[in-house]
Amino acid sequence: MKKIKFATVWLDGCSGCHMSFLDIDEKLLDLAGKIDVVYSPLVDNKTFPGDVDLTLVEGAVSSDEDLEKIRSIRTRTKLLVALGDCAVTGNIPSMRNQFGMNAVLRRAYVENKTIGGKIPNVNLPTLLPEVRPVHELVRVDHFLPGCPPPAEVIEYLIDELLAGRTPDPERRTRFGL
Amino acid sequence: MAKQVQVKTLKINGVDVGGRGDQTILQVAREHDIEMPTLCHIEGLSDVGACRLCLVEVKGINKLIPSCTTLVEEGMEVTTNSERLAKYRKMVLELLFAERNHICSVCVSNGHCDLQDLARLLGVTHVRYPYRYPRLSVDASHQRFVLDQNRCILCTRCVRVCDEIEGAHTWDVMGRGIEAKVITDLNQPWGSSETCTSCGKCVQVCPTGALSEKGKSVAEMSKRRQFLPYLTTMREERE
Amino acid sequence: MSSEGSVEGAADPGGDGKTHSLNVCVAAGCLSSGSEKVKVALEDAVKSHGLEHECKVKGVGCLGLCSKGPLVSVEKENVVYQDVEPGDAAEIVESLGKEAVTRLKCDMESPFFTRQTKIVLENCGIIDPERIEDYLAADGYEALSKALTQLTPHDVVDQISKSGLRGRGGAGYPTGLKWSTIAKSVPDSTGRKFVICNADEGDPGAFMDRSVLESDPFRVLEGMAIAGYATGASQGYIYVRAEYPLAVKRLRTAIRQAEKSGYLGANILDTTFSFRIDIRLGAGAFVCGEETALIASIEGKRGTPRPRPPYPAEHGLWGAPTLINNVETYANVPAIIRHGGEWFASRGTEKSKGTKVFALAGRVRNTGLIEVPIGITLREVVFDIGGGVPDGKKFKAVQTGGPSGGCIPAEHLDMPVDYETLSRVGSMMGSGGMIVADETSCMVDVAKFFMEFCMSESCGKCIPCRVGTAQMYDLLCKITSGQASMQDLDLLIELCDMVKSTSLCGLGQSAPNPVLSTLRYFRSEYEEHILNKRCPAGVCKMSNEVVHNG
Ligand SMILES: Cc1cc2nc3c(=O)[nH]c(=O)nc-3n(C[C@H](O)[C@H](O)[C@H](O)COP(=O)(O)O)c2cc1C
Ligand code: SF4
Ligand code: FES
Repeated sequence: MKKIKFATVWLDGCSGCHMSFLDIDEKLLDLAGKIDVVYSPLVDNKTFPGDVDLTLVEGAVSSDEDLEKIRSIRTRTKLLVALGDCAVTGNIPSMRNQFGMNAVLRRAYVENKTIGGKIPNVNLPTLLPEVRPVHELVRVDHFLPGCPPPAEVIEYLIDELLAGRTPDPERRTRFGL
Repeated sequence: MAKQVQVKTLKINGVDVGGRGDQTILQVAREHDIEMPTLCHIEGLSDVGACRLCLVEVKGINKLIPSCTTLVEEGMEVTTNSERLAKYRKMVLELLFAERNHICSVCVSNGHCDLQDLARLLGVTHVRYPYRYPRLSVDASHQRFVLDQNRCILCTRCVRVCDEIEGAHTWDVMGRGIEAKVITDLNQPWGSSETCTSCGKCVQVCPTGALSEKGKSVAEMSKRRQFLPYLTTMREERE
Repeated sequence: MSSEGSVEGAADPGGDGKTHSLNVCVAAGCLSSGSEKVKVALEDAVKSHGLEHECKVKGVGCLGLCSKGPLVSVEKENVVYQDVEPGDAAEIVESLGKEAVTRLKCDMESPFFTRQTKIVLENCGIIDPERIEDYLAADGYEALSKALTQLTPHDVVDQISKSGLRGRGGAGYPTGLKWSTIAKSVPDSTGRKFVICNADEGDPGAFMDRSVLESDPFRVLEGMAIAGYATGASQGYIYVRAEYPLAVKRLRTAIRQAEKSGYLGANILDTTFSFRIDIRLGAGAFVCGEETALIASIEGKRGTPRPRPPYPAEHGLWGAPTLINNVETYANVPAIIRHGGEWFASRGTEKSKGTKVFALAGRVRNTGLIEVPIGITLREVVFDIGGGVPDGKKFKAVQTGGPSGGCIPAEHLDMPVDYETLSRVGSMMGSGGMIVADETSCMVDVAKFFMEFCMSESCGKCIPCRVGTAQMYDLLCKITSGQASMQDLDLLIELCDMVKSTSLCGLGQSAPNPVLSTLRYFRSEYEEHILNKRCPAGVCKMSNEVVHNG
């Protein structure tokens, strides 16, 4: 069987979803026989190739870099899965939205600093005014809520997609899990 | 005073069931183990028909009917599980999640929340409406309890339990539409309330993490609701 | 006062022997264009011409053609002056009994006047709303006296049923049927039933009820008293919004005068029937016009609706059987009882009888208050009575029913205006707002306007309306700023269906109507905003920021 091209992306999240993915333990070996990891924080590849079959995205869209990345990925992957609450709902990163970006930056870099507080701005992606879940910005094919989604549900989802079926993660995971 | 009650026979989802004439469709359905999602309803308090999750189809009526406030009638044919109803119920939940800041992962009620449970039960895996991210307050002025507006779904269970069971009427609703919110006294800090008896009933009936006990961390706030049916039974027996 | 006297009575309304009467409209529309100053100027002119004994100047209710105010009518003469200024007073007074002042004359042969049929507004602009004598001279209280002395309560209900009158508050429920339900229902344990008049009138742009209350308040009191007699209630409430101070003042005066003259209070007209009316002020929430919310508000609670059944007819104010009708509904009652149900039923259509008052506004030449037989075509209303669209612009749509109604396009101009036809084309009769739109109006913007209204007037009790209207409004903003995708349109349509089907009360259930009807007839305008980022009418400002998903 031909291996599918598989990628994972890490936007604004804590990497917990990636950790949960790795928690499928020895099943990773089975999986390695079926997928080619062409892009991921877990591998070396620096650029996102074209014609990817399946991409899991962890994290919300928080900066202009996130936005550019996810837009370009959307054009290069057949299926896009929002993995975990940050990608699906905005979750913790989105908690800044109700205060506004500037207030949050000021609090972090100026008000809570004892000497010489300054909002960093060099060589850093610019934050978007609001953090949004992935599907508010690009089309998403499947949703896997959970903070993080349990390893076995991630495994289930990938298995189903590999088998060409539509996964039904309802009732297997939930927001905040 | 013992009232004369008549027995009514009706069909729910094609199955013949019987109930007393003073029972709601919801009560009869639950007695027959028919699943029905509800949020504003809680056994022991009056019903307000506000969350619209318990809507059902009744043959011959072209509007959807809230089963929590509608009494059974002879010969009624009720459908509780059509595709249309399932779709609307999911949409109700989506609207709720988008309305305020329900960040389940850091909520005191994570894992013990009616809203979260229903989302799983009804298959809401994501919310298609833009999240509104309103700026809302947290009132921690009470010695023992916290009100977090971010998690409130305006079911008014707190308002009703405080008025109908405790008799204090500390809680009420202020404002209209999307601006509506629950308040204590005349929108004074809870801690300064002169009517609150600190009985904590509001906290226990609250379906989400909007009302919680102080000192509870993420996922630690599970609610104890046994008192409510107990109190109502005791009252009914006394009458 | 005998009915035969009425012909002369109308000519000499106060019965004070003056030959001339200059009636200055002091209803809200003309007041706001300065009619009070005109009235003072006329009074001065009468004095300075030494005519105090022959001519009086009185303030009257709405004369209809509000757009041409201040209006002054010369009683008996079928002369109405428009756009009157204080400086015209002397000339008007000098012309009395002679040739009218041509320069100021309204064309009384114009369809605006000739095409109307007045039942509800029959006394509007003729009687002084603050003098019961004027009302009595115009056959006032003849109906109540006939009901109390010649008819049984059952007969009264029968006449109302025969008349085919339907509720003018929006839904068009048969009034006779409602009355008979309450007449048959058992009073509460303390023997009470109630009659409520719904004068909340919260639709933007509607001022029909206000005009009736300001111009002919006794008529509503009489209708309510007859309803009390027919249903077995002895207490009535008028729930009127506090933003109508003039209506409230005139109602208070009218209640006082009616009580003094024995038309209200204990043992009315020396019969065993007693009926009191009290006023309750609403704080101006649209939702408090919904009957269960209105009742909660009178009870001193937060004005939010509750699920029906039980209906107010069984379980209303303080749990007692309660009749609740609209101002205009009650205003029809005296005429029906006076002339009989059949007389009334001879007007209108098969299923919708009588007349309807509309507040005609927007892009038409003549705006104002009109009363027309139900079944008249929209074309007659807009083009004959309204005088068509000004400035050579093209007609686009008529919005009826306010925030609960819809927009009707040109292709339906020849349809009759009645309850069924209006709802068939996706609108509704509503309380009687009628706004004309021409090619300079953007229909998406119109829908957005009404959605914003519903969103801010939603009581917040049920989730579909509370959050759904806010989401629909946001989607409409996205569309009108050129940031929406076709998926957003799908979301909007889906929400319309859900909010309509699942909301608790009429506010939410009808809030999607303006969107649905504009989508039905003007879908291309929505698509133009979305696909080409262009507002065909040039109303909406497009933003260049592109943030939609796709
Ligand atoms: C949101 C809402 C607002 C309403 N506002 C009014 C109103 O301002 N005046 C009115 O007479 N009826 C209003 N109604 C209709 C009333 O609920 C009720 O049907 C009416 O007063 C009955 O009188 P009728 O039978 O004479 O029409 C409203 C209904 C809804 C749902
Ligand atoms: S439909 Fe709107 S106005 Fe009516 S009860 Fe629901 S929230 Fe309140
Ligand atoms: S449970 Fe019936 S409407 Fe909420």
